[in-house]
Amino acid sequence: MIEDSSKFELTEELKASIDKILVEHYHDFTQIVGILLDVQSKIEQHYIPKIVACYVAEKLPVKLSVIYDCMTFYDALSDKPRGRYPIEICDSIACKVNNNEFLLKTLKELLGIDFGTVTYDGRFTIEKVSCFGACDRAPAVKINGIVYGPLKTKAQMRGLLEQFV
Amino acid sequence: MKEINYITENFGKYDVFSIDSYMDIGGFASLKKVIAMDTEDIATLLTTAKIKGRGGAEYPMGRKWSQAHAVDRPHHCVVCNADEGETCTFKDRELIKNDPFNLIEAIIIAGWAVNAEDGYIYMRAEYGSLRPRLLNAIKQAEERGFLGENILNSGWNYKIHLYSGAGAYVCGEGTALIRSIEGKAGRPRMKPPFMKQSGLFSRPTCIDNVESLSIVPHLLRDAKPYMEMGQGDSIGSKMISVGGNVNRPGVYEMPFGMTVRQIIYDLAGGIQGDRNIRLIQFGGVSGKISDSRVLDVPYTYEDFAKNNLIIGSGSVLVIDERTSVIDFLRYTQDFFLHESCGQCIPCREGNRHIRIFLEKIKDGTYTDEDIKTMKTFAKVMPMSSLCGLGETAQNALKSAFEIFPEVFTSNRQKSMEAVY
Repeated sequence: MIEDSSKFELTEELKASIDKILVEHYHDFTQIVGILLDVQSKIEQHYIPKIVACYVAEKLPVKLSVIYDCMTFYDALSDKPRGRYPIEICDSIACKVNNNEFLLKTLKELLGIDFGTVTYDGRFTIEKVSCFGACDRAPAVKINGIVYGPLKTKAQMRGLLEQFV
Repeated sequence: MKEINYITENFGKYDVFSIDSYMDIGGFASLKKVIAMDTEDIATLLTTAKIKGRGGAEYPMGRKWSQAHAVDRPHHCVVCNADEGETCTFKDRELIKNDPFNLIEAIIIAGWAVNAEDGYIYMRAEYGSLRPRLLNAIKQAEERGFLGENILNSGWNYKIHLYSGAGAYVCGEGTALIRSIEGKAGRPRMKPPFMKQSGLFSRPTCIDNVESLSIVPHLLRDAKPYMEMGQGDSIGSKMISVGGNVNRPGVYEMPFGMTVRQIIYDLAGGIQGDRNIRLIQFGGVSGKISDSRVLDVPYTYEDFAKNNLIIGSGSVLVIDERTSVIDFLRYTQDFFLHESCGQCIPCREGNRHIRIFLEKIKDGTYTDEDIKTMKTFAKVMPMSSLCGLGETAQNALKSAFEIFPEVFTSNRQKSMEAVY
């Protein structure tokens, strides 16, 4: 179940930034979800490779099984590599009735990918999320924590994608 | 009647990153007042104002605080539930974004009222961009002596901790939320023990929603305008989030007693393209639905109860005629199927099978037996599920049985007409 991340290198730089995150959370194991979210945002592909999970488990300290329990339970945490700019498409009813189907179709078409695949340059992945509370901007997407919407035309979507190089 | 600003009074009036600018507009005056008050008086004030929990459970807040205070166990704590996961609910986001200091002040007041040692904010990961302003507000409040040790020379010590969720709807449920703060996966547990006895870290816990808490400092400052608003037992004002197929989706504060028509047509600017309303869902994805027959019902707890509706989280999701009832129910079911934690069988399997039945209705391949089984499932799930998610998951479907019986009729021809 745990993917092979032998290709992922845990650099000294990343170790230092993980250590900093742990200090910011006072090495408090109850903050594990917040810690993992922060660590995930430091990794270019926005996921937590096994080697990083082990490092956090050792440093905090907390059992590795607790980390994987959280990672598989919470949607916002991923143990699989994503794009540098993961596009989260809101799939709530408010977005659905505002034609997020068109948004989804157009993004797939523009990027040439489907769910679970990464664009050839490693920039984008697309994923559906339940609702991120931006129903006033439906249909919306969220990229690295920032909400964009309403996205109703193909031109708007192309313009959005071009911002991320 | 139009939009008002009582709870939203401070919006745009001060720099959300500066405690000085908050204090210039009278910030922390309520806290100073409270420290000199008897804690029971605070709960009495809330009871007089008839404030009900604004997260969805509608539990009387005054009673909650006085019960929490009465628990004779040490190390009380307060939890602010900022995990608003209900679809089309985003009022707490606006409160945190535009008035973070008021929320911090409210959590300190709550701490004083229930004699707590720690306050916790559990905020959903989706609002991660608001973390810095809350952390800053906590830090500045500590620097000014409103948090920490011997607050305002009262000899009382209190701290606030900020925790992040990670995209699980079920974590809005009290027992799941506390497990998540404890650093575990947020799976709900059986009650009892109840929160007020043994909640977070097995300590007596009082959980309140962001909006419920945000009212308190305003109420302590000047309760008169609040008490004058509203209708009957629904006193004061309410934050609502309007979304779906309306022209101006957004968060509005309005007095209780406005009609649904005024909310949709005056506040939210009417329906896109002047289409007809197919259905309206109140109180988030776990809320009940109705159609245009409720347009003239006043938005109050009593009138809603009479019409078999709930105010819940205060969301108003308007769906126009382009979406069929059955499609709406399928979307709702998709949501619950995805968000069910899978721990208890009625919720895990019930949601899955009801989804299959809805698919059959959509395809026209259902039998009368299917409808009957679906109704049984919808009845059994609330009775046997472990937590609030399973209990409320079929609210929309159950109200659809009442409001749109033609969708579930045994006459397939009629049903198909209703579906499309």
